[in-house]
Amino acid sequence: MLEQLEGSQAIARTVAACRPEVISAYPISPQTHIVEGLSDLVRAGDLAPCEYLMVESEFGAMSACIGASAAGARAYTATASQGLLYMAEALYNASGLGLPIVMTLANRAIGAPINIWNDHSDAMSQRDSGWIQLYAETNQEAADLHVQAFRLAERISLPVMVCMDGFILTHAYEEVDVPSPERVDAYLPPFEPRQVLDPDEPVTIGAMVGPEAFTEVRYLMHAKQLEALDLIPSIAGEFESAFGRRSGGLVRGYRIEDAETVVIALGSVLGTIEEVVDELREQGVRIGALAIKCFRPWPSQEIRAALSDVGRVIVLEKAFAVGAGGIVGQNVRLALGGGARIHDVIGGLGGRPITRRSLRTLLEDVLADRLEPRLLHFLDLDHDVVERELERLRRGGRPGPHAENIVRELGIVAARPH
Amino acid sequence: MFGVRIHGRGGQGVVTAAELLSVAAFDEGRHAQAFPTFGSERTGAPVVSFCRIDDRPIRVREPIAEPDALIVQDPTLLHQVDLFSGLGANAYVLINSSRGIAELGLAELSGRFRRERLLTVPATALAREHVGRPLPNAVLLGGFAALAGVVSIDAVAAAIRGRFPGPVGEANVAGAEAAGGYVRGEVGGLVGA
Repeated sequence: MLEQLEGSQAIARTVAACRPEVISAYPISPQTHIVEGLSDLVRAGDLAPCEYLMVESEFGAMSACIGASAAGARAYTATASQGLLYMAEALYNASGLGLPIVMTLANRAIGAPINIWNDHSDAMSQRDSGWIQLYAETNQEAADLHVQAFRLAERISLPVMVCMDGFILTHAYEEVDVPSPERVDAYLPPFEPRQVLDPDEPVTIGAMVGPEAFTEVRYLMHAKQLEALDLIPSIAGEFESAFGRRSGGLVRGYRIEDAETVVIALGSVLGTIEEVVDELREQGVRIGALAIKCFRPWPSQEIRAALSDVGRVIVLEKAFAVGAGGIVGQNVRLALGGGARIHDVIGGLGGRPITRRSLRTLLEDVLADRLEPRLLHFLDLDHDVVERELERLRRGGRPGPHAENIVRELGIVAARPH
Repeated sequence: MFGVRIHGRGGQGVVTAAELLSVAAFDEGRHAQAFPTFGSERTGAPVVSFCRIDDRPIRVREPIAEPDALIVQDPTLLHQVDLFSGLGANAYVLINSSRGIAELGLAELSGRFRRERLLTVPATALAREHVGRPLPNAVLLGGFAALAGVVSIDAVAAAIRGRFPGPVGEANVAGAEAAGGYVRGEVGGLVGA
């Protein structure tokens, strides 16, 4: 049944329908409403049996999930931004041990400068941690992906991160058909762990492995991730059969059949991109969009197949490798080899809205060959602000930090409607 | 697509107002999307929220730069924030104040908008009377329903009751209905004159 509700509440109720036995989390914006919602459900007895651990940090949260999962419990956590960084060491342990923990990442920028708003720098910072990363376009998909994530994680014995844009999705009220416990029960079998810590039959997990076998263990991790590329579409297909709607999968094309130009992106910005694609299609431009739903493992073949006849690709991403360039863009280059002209565009950093107007200007520039493909392009970059700050540096002396200088110069005192 | 932008201050229920409006529209069979633009969350800091209402599923996620309606919960923002940015000549403007448009020093706005779509409503006073607290957000939604007709006052009342069951919700519904009556009276006067 469709309801109008906050994204975070939809996620809390969906996670509860998946019957986690241990939830361990530390609140951080914009994830807070999700874990508050779950904590309420546990306290009220609506989610039972489940132990909710209010830990002292994100490192503690992930460590408790590792312990719980290794003891055979279905374990869940959620975090964002610096919280994910604080988990980083334990993230690698969870994936290295093959523990099927599910996490919601309410995507948020990483500081400094401190910024609570949305971008993808948190998720991208842990792209090589061995976790599967799925990206939601809407709150409906975010909810559905959690149900699929538990099934995927437990089937393949790997942890899964469901990425949803902080504030843009977590704090948006929109319609969601929250998966009911009965249907989730029918879709998601009880967790049958591959390995269990049991005091009556003690074993050790997390062995030290030397140079004689470390490469092989890592190779097997890589092979297992690639196996997920086959599993993710079949799990999405089973979900569609059970729930009657499409969610998840590896990639999703929008009007790409005869497209000469395709915009690639992850997450909630796809809806805005589709609007602009429709506008340009009405003018006869052969353009489409490709949503990447699964960033890790990287669906190289699917992307190559979707873009086989495309001359121009614009990769719009909400994070970048400082000093190098686009992250998703580099992965797309790997998938496509030569051929298409690929433009790396960075947008939506630290919550800056990606508007139809800006996208349209960008795409018109690309279509008219006004954008140099080899240069990293920053959407809506205010060149005047940058130039004045660089001039301050050139004048010498003690110029002070950029963040404070620019905030003072712009006179930012409060939220603006942009 | 009908876009509403709501301005107020942290603690006045700016975000809740947009959410309630989206629920009211959804209950009437429309598609709706409400979302905030948070600053650093502080009581008293300027806050903006948005609500889109449409007959088709809503895909766009950007803030509403050119709204069809503006609700101002706190008139002290008039001198701090560019409240009227992006509003077209046919936009609805509803300002919470016990004073009239001219008294607020906004006489020049009368030429910019249609006179019967530019109104003040004493929402804080009505909230004090009906709710017992100076929380104007739900009350203003009643006034907005009467002004713009995009959602019905009954749907607004149901959304308020759904969010705040019991006496608090009933008191807010009474305030919203009073604001609706006030707005109908004002618009009737303007159209009659």
